[in-house]
Amino acid sequence: MKIIYRDKVWELKGRTTVRDAIKKVGLHPEAVLAVLDGKLITDDVIIAGDDTVKLISVVSGG
Amino acid sequence: MRQHRLALCQDHFLEWVPQQVQRAIEKFHMFGPGERVLVAVSGGKDSLGLWDILLRLGYPAEGLYIHLGIPDGDYSEVSQERVGRFAADRGAPFRVVNVAAEYGMTIPEVSRRKRGRSTCGTCGLVKRHIMNQVACEGGYAAIATGHNVDDEAAVLFQNALHWATGYLARQAPVLPASHPRLARKVKPLIRLYEREMAAYALVRGIDYIYEECPYSRRATTLFYKDLLNQLEERSPGAKQQFYLSFLQARQQGRLLPAEVSEVEMGECTRCGQPTTAPELCAFCRLWELESAD
Repeated sequence: MKIIYRDKVWELKGRTTVRDAIKKVGLHPEAVLAVLDGKLITDDVIIAGDDTVKLISVVSGG
Repeated sequence: MRQHRLALCQDHFLEWVPQQVQRAIEKFHMFGPGERVLVAVSGGKDSLGLWDILLRLGYPAEGLYIHLGIPDGDYSEVSQERVGRFAADRGAPFRVVNVAAEYGMTIPEVSRRKRGRSTCGTCGLVKRHIMNQVACEGGYAAIATGHNVDDEAAVLFQNALHWATGYLARQAPVLPASHPRLARKVKPLIRLYEREMAAYALVRGIDYIYEECPYSRRATTLFYKDLLNQLEERSPGAKQQFYLSFLQARQQGRLLPAEVSEVEMGECTRCGQPTTAPELCAFCRLWELESAD
């Protein structure tokens, strides 16, 4: 599966929950949302194979 | 939503979020039904989400976009376009104040000229002044901003680290109009996490600006938010509890005196807005505007 965040792309193998995938790429589950096929998905969704998950930062600063 | 031990489908989530906002409006007596509210909108998820929610709840909410003149990737231009499209889609009134057109310089330009003042500090000062001016002149019941739990918890954390008692005494969901020329300020999103607001905006199909303001990327607030998110990961609900317990402890006088003595405020000799300075307010000094006398 492919995880995309801003201009970075990671390839992960096997099956995992969205939450674990976010941690594996070094991001914080509280700080991002996951989108699969244009739809928002929750942390407990299992992703695998050809899935491409786009992560969106939820943190705004200033 | 681990902090609430709650999982909702999209339809119920879209009902739950406005309910949280309505609860905050009522609990803290922010404004009443039918009262005109000025929503300060940046084009981001929180402010556009807030505007959308207030409209859905039936409040006559109007938008104010302050064009700061941030040039990086046409940031201010793109943000204004998003706000304009949002307003047009909903038939909601909004107005734009362009800082460079009004005062001759953009925020980055004026802050470069004023050494020792950060860009974010300058920006905050200018936005507060303009928001107050527009709200007072337009007769709005309140200015509503999109501050959420994460924003408030990060500020609280920063203030507590420095034991900044003056700021701690005044950090509140409602800042009353303590002067005839000072508009009431309210934060209707203080029951919602940043993550919930981003989810709300995505599910509602709100076309918000994802990119962060280029000047805020190194903001210390982001560092504190990261620390608080680590805490949240270990202990779901920690951010909300930190903030809401603070409000409760202060209200009960367990932290600071429950009644804070008001700072004596005069009026700026040029613009007339309230100030603690003897003549010109910080805003007029920033632009080196002459006194009206």
